Amino acid sequence: MKSWIAFWNILKKDIKNYYLKPPNISWGIIFPLSWTLMQLIRSPGKNVLELLPGLIAMSVLFGTTSMLAVTITFERSGRSFERLLLAPISLSTMVLAKMAGTIVFGIFNAFVPVIFASFFINLSAVKWGALLPAVFLIAITSSLMGLLIAVSAEQVFEAQTFSNFFRFPMLFLCGLFIPISSLPAFLRPVSYCLPLTYGTDILKGAIIGTNTLSPALCFGLLLVFSTILFLICRYNINRKWIL
Amino acid sequence: MEMVRVTNLKKKYGNFTAVDDISFDIKKGEIFGFLGPNGAGKTSTINMIIGLSRPTAGDIAVNGIDVRKQTKKAQAIMGIVADESNLYNEMNGFDNLCFCAALYGIRKEEREPKARQLLEQFRLTDAGNRPYKAYSKGMRRKLTIAAALIHSPRILFLDEPTTGIDVESSRYIRDMIVDLKKQGTTIFLTTHYIEEAQRICDRIAFIANGRIVATGTVPELMESVKHGHTIHFITDEITECLADEVQAHFRGSNVTIRSDRSLVMASEQRIPLLPVMAFFRDKGIEVYEAEELRPSLEDVFVKLTGIESSMLGKEKANTTS
Ligand SMILES: Nc1ncnc2c1ncn2[C@@H]1O[C@H](COP(=O)(O)OP(=O)(O)OP(=O)(O)O)[C@@H](O)[C@H]1O
Ligand SMILES: [Mg+2]
Repeated sequence: MKSWIAFWNILKKDIKNYYLKPPNISWGIIFPLSWTLMQLIRSPGKNVLELLPGLIAMSVLFGTTSMLAVTITFERSGRSFERLLLAPISLSTMVLAKMAGTIVFGIFNAFVPVIFASFFINLSAVKWGALLPAVFLIAITSSLMGLLIAVSAEQVFEAQTFSNFFRFPMLFLCGLFIPISSLPAFLRPVSYCLPLTYGTDILKGAIIGTNTLSPALCFGLLLVFSTILFLICRYNINRKWIL
Repeated sequence: MEMVRVTNLKKKYGNFTAVDDISFDIKKGEIFGFLGPNGAGKTSTINMIIGLSRPTAGDIAVNGIDVRKQTKKAQAIMGIVADESNLYNEMNGFDNLCFCAALYGIRKEEREPKARQLLEQFRLTDAGNRPYKAYSKGMRRKLTIAAALIHSPRILFLDEPTTGIDVESSRYIRDMIVDLKKQGTTIFLTTHYIEEAQRICDRIAFIANGRIVATGTVPELMESVKHGHTIHFITDEITECLADEVQAHFRGSNVTIRSDRSLVMASEQRIPLLPVMAFFRDKGIEVYEAEELRPSLEDVFVKLTGIESSMLGKEKANTTS
């Protein structure tokens, strides 16, 4: 009960102080929107439906990775983060509470392209039962990557730079807009080491039915990635933040 | 039972030893002070006790709980004021306090009245709905202390509670600390102000270069330094040669002429006043005042640590509280 009060209030505070701030909200809307326009202008004949899985994956990725890295680094530099480390709640609870805000924000971002798309195309064939959990798992793995960045960064600009360093390559490596099969052969193994690849594949299956792997395998791998990343993060936090 | 028991505690950063094998106890209900200059290892020690940093060696028990094994259980009864005020800039005073209460699992019905009460107690009621970033340094310090009290901790850690804030606010904070003690809270504070330690601490530990040099009440610390007796006389006109005459007459005394109207007489033994007065009268010298000079805590600190007292801080103005 006590941990739950702490969890809920950390989440509520982050949503109010960070995620509901206009710059962050508009970033979540403007970036996917301009990307969509760019794609449409480049290849006018292209079907919006075909772009949608990549756009959703990208929105989640951009909404989560840097948010967690930046907010945590920000709180660490102002030292208010020490309060969370000193609170009588387990490190896991605290980490999950911090992640929860980002995950909610990532999921919200995922729906920006979906809502835009719904004005132009018919979404009745979309398998929501696969799409929703995939979005959720992409949000989890990306925010864990943000957390991993937060543990390594000392300053906000470092957190910002490191997250870009990770997420821009992922746009190209994870099959969001370029099929993995058309990547140079030496890059393909890298693609299969990134959780976003599996998330995007599920989204492709759920929206246009063009998945290359079995959804069950992808879900399983995403869960494995989440667990491993969580354990690494917790270990690193313990090692680096409690000196 | 002791509230805090620290045994052979050590902290190394790489090859550098910041805290070097220190041991001390803090009794329940007392104000215990760590007095030492910058870099002495005060913050490093506190951080280990509160579980924010890992000791290189040694044991720490808070209220009988092994901090290294049951960190979270021990943290539940601690209130912590870090050396820098560290609340959330974006939130107002009231929300900051409520958030801190929530971290300790306090429910909304309880935390809101408690936050209001603390704002009032710290004279911050008007500032309660202003954002923390708009607070002055003194207000931030007070709110940070209030936040540390929101869950009614059994022991309060204050790392330099009054450094960098004005005399008025410092005095207010010191009064608060004394009040808290009266209500039964144990307090561990660090400071580099001698007057502050002397004024409010029940016991003081001198810390320098990562080591505790002495621990005790103020009288105990004074006693620990063997000092002779010194009397300062204020007289009418005297001459330089008087010093030798007094020294010759009173064996074992050491006389310094301070000015043409004052001299200081020091001796290992107590100095009987009447014979000295009679001696001066025979010389035709009038004595207007005689005052025993006692060593200050500052002198004791200097003597025990070998550190110049200028390494410690002084409050900006002379305080009289
Ligand atoms: N994270 C760290 N890494 C390396 N050295 C450190 C670290 N933290 C503290 N030190 C060193 O340990 C020594 C003790 O530092 P500490 O902060 O405990 O002193 P302090 O008594 O609190 O001083 P101050 O009055 O300035 O706050 C200092 O020499 C400091 O440089
Ligand atoms: Mg310090």
